[in-house]
Amino acid sequence: MAEVKSKIKAINKMLTSKEISCTELTKQYLDAINNTNGDLNAYVNITEEAALNSAKAVDDKIAGGEDIPLLAGVPMTLKDNISTNGVETTCCSKILQGYKPIYDATVWSLLQKENAVLLGKTNMDEFAMGSSCETSVFGGAKNPHNINHVAGGSSGGVASAVGGNIAVYGLGSDTGGSIRQPARFCGIVGLKPTYGSVSRYGLIAYASSLDQIGPITTTVEDSAIVYDAIAKYDVMDSTSQGNKGINTCDTLKNDINGMKIGIAKEYLEGIRDDVKEAIINACKVYESLGAEIVYFDLPALKYALPVYYILACAEASSNLGRYDGIRYGYKTPTYNDVNDMICKTRSEGFGSEVKRRIMLGTYVLSAGYYDAYYKKAQNLRGTIVKEFKNAFEKVDVILAPTVPMTAFEVGKAVSDPIETYLTDICTVPINIAGLPAVSVPCGFNAKGMPIGMQLIGNTFHEATILNAAWQYENATHSTMFKSAEMGVQL
Amino acid sequence: MKYELVAGLETHVELSTKTKIFCSCTTEFGGDPNTHCCPICIGLPGTLPKLNKEVVRYAIRAGLATNCEISRISKMDRKNYCYPDLSKAYQISQYDRPLCKNGYIELSNGRKIRLNRIHIEEDAGKLIHQKGDTYVDYNRGGVPLIEIVTEPDFRSVDEVKEYVEKLQLIMRYVGVSDCKMQEGSMRCDVNISVRPQGQEEFGTRTEIKNMNSITFMAKAIEYETERQIDVIESGGKVQQETLRYDDVTNTTSSMRGKEDANDYRYFRDPDLVTINVTDQEVEELEKTIPELPDEKLKRYIDELGIPEADAQLLVKYKKVAEYFEQASWDTANPRTAANFIIGQIFRTIENESAKEDFNILVSAESLKELIKLLDDKKIKMNLAKSTLDKMLKTGKIVGELISESDMGGLDEGATKKLCQEAVAANPNAVADYKNGKVKAIKAIVGYVMKNSKGKADAVAAENIIKELIL
Repeated sequence: MAEVKSKIKAINKMLTSKEISCTELTKQYLDAINNTNGDLNAYVNITEEAALNSAKAVDDKIAGGEDIPLLAGVPMTLKDNISTNGVETTCCSKILQGYKPIYDATVWSLLQKENAVLLGKTNMDEFAMGSSCETSVFGGAKNPHNINHVAGGSSGGVASAVGGNIAVYGLGSDTGGSIRQPARFCGIVGLKPTYGSVSRYGLIAYASSLDQIGPITTTVEDSAIVYDAIAKYDVMDSTSQGNKGINTCDTLKNDINGMKIGIAKEYLEGIRDDVKEAIINACKVYESLGAEIVYFDLPALKYALPVYYILACAEASSNLGRYDGIRYGYKTPTYNDVNDMICKTRSEGFGSEVKRRIMLGTYVLSAGYYDAYYKKAQNLRGTIVKEFKNAFEKVDVILAPTVPMTAFEVGKAVSDPIETYLTDICTVPINIAGLPAVSVPCGFNAKGMPIGMQLIGNTFHEATILNAAWQYENATHSTMFKSAEMGVQL
Repeated sequence: MKYELVAGLETHVELSTKTKIFCSCTTEFGGDPNTHCCPICIGLPGTLPKLNKEVVRYAIRAGLATNCEISRISKMDRKNYCYPDLSKAYQISQYDRPLCKNGYIELSNGRKIRLNRIHIEEDAGKLIHQKGDTYVDYNRGGVPLIEIVTEPDFRSVDEVKEYVEKLQLIMRYVGVSDCKMQEGSMRCDVNISVRPQGQEEFGTRTEIKNMNSITFMAKAIEYETERQIDVIESGGKVQQETLRYDDVTNTTSSMRGKEDANDYRYFRDPDLVTINVTDQEVEELEKTIPELPDEKLKRYIDELGIPEADAQLLVKYKKVAEYFEQASWDTANPRTAANFIIGQIFRTIENESAKEDFNILVSAESLKELIKLLDDKKIKMNLAKSTLDKMLKTGKIVGELISESDMGGLDEGATKKLCQEAVAANPNAVADYKNGKVKAIKAIVGYVMKNSKGKADAVAAENIIKELIL
């Protein structure tokens, strides 16, 4: 059986063998964006000129006989909450319209050193708050498998662009599932790394103790390559720890015979039958690869969703306090005094989902409510962390659905916030516990929409979960992965 | 009825670290607006704070110098409030796990003012109002502060004054801050209540914010104490509120009442990790704590034999004390150096803050050289004094002002001869002296000193003159 081809490696080979120049390749992608972005609404800001300049730099290096890094010249995208010096970074919010950072996020600095070619910034739920990308001030990104369905969120633009083949890979951010869920909706791979392994410096904060940047790619190997490039210790982020010296590409293709894969019973409750079936089938694939399936309990899982929304909103209410119209971004045109200005700017600049979460977060931190909500949620966070820790004494990897259902139709998510919050039920526990998890495709529903599963690892065990994901991907690729028929077909 | 004042103090002290608490911008005072800033201290989206370890060390030293326990584990919290000078809409501070706690400062009356805590935090920027517009300058934003919180242990304005002066001095001795109230590197909030003398229970307190001078603070406390007593005496109740003090009208007015009190929604800052301090670090920092003012004072009095009033003047300024110790080291009597400093050098320095800086033209080594000549009886006190005056004016050193020939006194014969001359040359003074004007003899002695170029022994000369006249 042929190995699943890494797109990044394929492009590297094409460039170094001079089969295509980086400029030509970049133009192909830019043309494809022009043709498809109207349908997908993946990009909110296309940086054509900068992309072509970067491409030319790569071509010059190749022409000069220099060795180029693996990621050099590979056209990619960044979610619009990752700061890019001089390039508008808005979090898809009116309140940051026109804001151009004066510094680069650490991840973007690292990728620039690899000669990455940035095609543009991609769509997201406003301030990463949402599960459908539809809270974006630019409207939601669409699913490349069916543009009447959402791409998911919050990193919907990255998933839509990568799934729609108008970017080879992208960096998203995952606070409660925002990388894994859209990757899963779009039938591709999304890795949420261990909290602390990738620097958050320059990532515009939603919930600081949960946010983590990670790759969205079409193959597991590509996620491993990008992860290895960005998981570096960063002195600018006090919570940064780097990858602890573990290179995930080295062990990607290892045998998983004897690997213990855990299934938490609570994870299979309340999910749709087709999703459940896909998970059970995945277990069979793993057994055929020599892994052992172990069932166990995670009773604290039922608290994960309220814990997540309390903690995330509390942190958000503080993180988003700085948008007052004084220093940057949107400012209301008419006002009486400074309080009026701040009040109007925020009322006009933030969308309703962001306001909802700011209010919820302010409430749970308020005097008299702190103990009942925030403190209790912190305690339960400890319980959840402990249960996962205990689980990893018995298993190597935990297998779980990424989302209990498949991508909803456009417009469905915004109508019912509680229903939408429930889609995060499988992903948020991982952020609460700070663990790494990768979502990989594992089937399609009756309508042909992708289903995905996540492989969850112990902290800093990205190599283990990517290894397990790679083995599954290679065993099932022909049936579980379908490239959308659009964009650049390599 | 007699009332008693109960007061507590919260003092903000700007630490004199070179860089800010969460970024590497300079902490220097002044500078054009927004030139000491970077993406971190103006709170641009996506930036993260990085704790300056030097700030932790400075704060620990402040804690050690004020008898505090040093927390081995502490953390940073966010204090959320919205004001244009606060770029992130939260101040990073410490809420329930301060770096230092349970210290005290002892006053001269023997009372100990207990320190509840010392915690570290960042300063905010400041607003500039100009021609009807308001601008924000973030240069001060992110400058490290410690907040020193006392228990409500003060019972008089004098105690508050002494505490603030002492705190200022200790911080300067340890070198953690220059504590210049006029530049804002030290600011006090005072909590004030009154109660009938003898009552245990505290009265309702008010808080006066941001006092930046000891004099005004004393006035504000006096005013507010009287105001509260008046309210109670006239049958009213003191309202818990935050006040501002107007130093022009010498009155306090309300900033906000209890109902409008901010709810700061403190929570742990997820961007910063736990601050761990090891026993070893504390031990090492303990070694860097210099002799503090109280110990110094005791030593000057007990061991060096300096009169208490003089010793207090020397200890009051860190640089003066250092100067004194250098100049008196290894001299016959430390009081000589003390007298020169207090008597002669202080006279040439205009004000308190100049004494603080103690920028004088005579180095301690140079003064010591002069004292040594005295010790070795090579010159007389009068010559030493006039030489020091010249040194203070010109910055010249002893060797440039006193030659070998000036050294050594006049012998008895020569002195007697000069005295005879003097008596002959000053008949009026002689007559005055005989008529009971005791001071008239000074003029005759002056003649001797002048004509001996200061080399005569003034006391001996006076005795000889007395003999000659009578």
